[in-house]
Amino acid sequence: MLRFENVGMRYGVGPEVLRDVSFSLAPGSFHFLTGSSGAGKTTLLKLMYLALRPTRGLIHIFDQDVSMTPRTELPDLRQKIGVVFQDFRLINHLTAVENVALPLRVGGARPGDIDAHVRELLSWVGLGERLDARPSTLSGGQQQRVAIARAVINRPRLLLADEPTGNVDDRIAVRLMYLFEELNKTGTTVVIATHNNALVEKFAHPILRLDDGELTVRRKPDSRNSA
Amino acid sequence: MFGRNSDLPFERDQSTRFLPWIVALMVFLGVLMFAGALVVSDAVESWDNTLTGRMTVQVPERAASAEATARIAEQLRATDGIASVRVVPREEARALLIPWLGEGVRESALPVPDLIDLEVAPGARLDPVLLQARLAETVPDIAVDDHRAWLSALIDLARTAELLAFAILLLIASAAVVAVVFTTRSGLAVHAAIIELLHQMGARDTYIAGQFQLQALMLALRGGVAGGLAAVAVLLVFGWIGQGIEAAFLPDLSLSPVDWFVLLLVPAGAVAIAMLTARLTVLRALARMP
Repeated sequence: MLRFENVGMRYGVGPEVLRDVSFSLAPGSFHFLTGSSGAGKTTLLKLMYLALRPTRGLIHIFDQDVSMTPRTELPDLRQKIGVVFQDFRLINHLTAVENVALPLRVGGARPGDIDAHVRELLSWVGLGERLDARPSTLSGGQQQRVAIARAVINRPRLLLADEPTGNVDDRIAVRLMYLFEELNKTGTTVVIATHNNALVEKFAHPILRLDDGELTVRRKPDSRNSA
Repeated sequence: MFGRNSDLPFERDQSTRFLPWIVALMVFLGVLMFAGALVVSDAVESWDNTLTGRMTVQVPERAASAEATARIAEQLRATDGIASVRVVPREEARALLIPWLGEGVRESALPVPDLIDLEVAPGARLDPVLLQARLAETVPDIAVDDHRAWLSALIDLARTAELLAFAILLLIASAAVVAVVFTTRSGLAVHAAIIELLHQMGARDTYIAGQFQLQALMLALRGGVAGGLAAVAVLLVFGWIGQGIEAAFLPDLSLSPVDWFVLLLVPAGAVAIAMLTARLTVLRALARMP
């Protein structure tokens, strides 16, 4: 599904923010990505969702070597990856429905096929009454659910979430985690970046830990995922 | 619900507000310039068609008599390469001077030569100098004028004016391109976050470029229609004023239906240039993204 081999990343002529990162994610696995602020979590996620290219090393995603993939083919790969951003990145002039529909529009789906699908998903995340609301009129939790719905509307093979529980209380955080687990059960590979250790300990998923640009994999005793 | 054409909030983009005005001004100037070039081109073509293949023989007044003029006409009719010969009636010849000398010229004692118009047969080459030399054996001081001397200078002048008009049109188009490039770049900067988001979702460059292209189309169309209508109004006023001028030496300043159709190319071209420029600017900028 996803494999990093000795990946290094630096911005410009600055120091390497990631050094010799190697790991692999099996299809349908669930991982936490942890590390202190500035450890390189966001950079690693950006490499995973192909917003950056590594300065060295190899990244294989969906059995394709990204460094050998022409730029014109990257959109096809990106359409298979759902991302939940820490700051949601909802488009303010679009309604909740339009925001969630974006990945389908981008992928060229027909408007008729989009409508029912989007409404169903928004109802599933509890926003059936706020379909035409603009993000600015939604609470933080509601915006987060719109962002999650948008990330999964395309049935991505890989779901990446950057601090998805950063802006919600513990009760909502756990509910969101159950939501990600539900998606994981449908076959989606999930990576959740967080520094909420309490949350990480509550679930039995393996941990990708970044410390000062170097990655280690920690498997919990009852973890079923391979990494 | 999904009828929205753009994922990008262009309506909040201040930098696009001036583009319709800029395009309107460009189209206005462009249409007027193009119309001027067309009028000049039509006039040159008209002069050329009228005078090419024609010569005028002038029998000087002191030698002019019905017999001498008739003899020259006969001689011309017998010359190879001449399709037709017409002796211009004296009244008609004097009437040609009226625009310059007034009605009094009809009754004046002003010496006016006898004129013979001749049409050269298609494909024939007739040397006016040789023809004049041959006719001079019958009537000394006879003159043969093929109008080339003044016509070619006039055509050169007209062609230069045409070229100048097209060069100015090109400059106007270049200015429009620069305006669209800057507006599009500004739009790219303003909407960078959404573009990055679309990019991450797997939007192809052409998807994003298409949205800028559509926006450029709408803005340029608005400006193009306004500028085009303003220019048409000015041309109609010019045409109306031109109808009142009686001057034989002025070419016909009116535009033909074909000219009006061709003028439509200016706003259409402006819209096409705006769309294409926006598209290429966006594609070029996006190509730098990973």
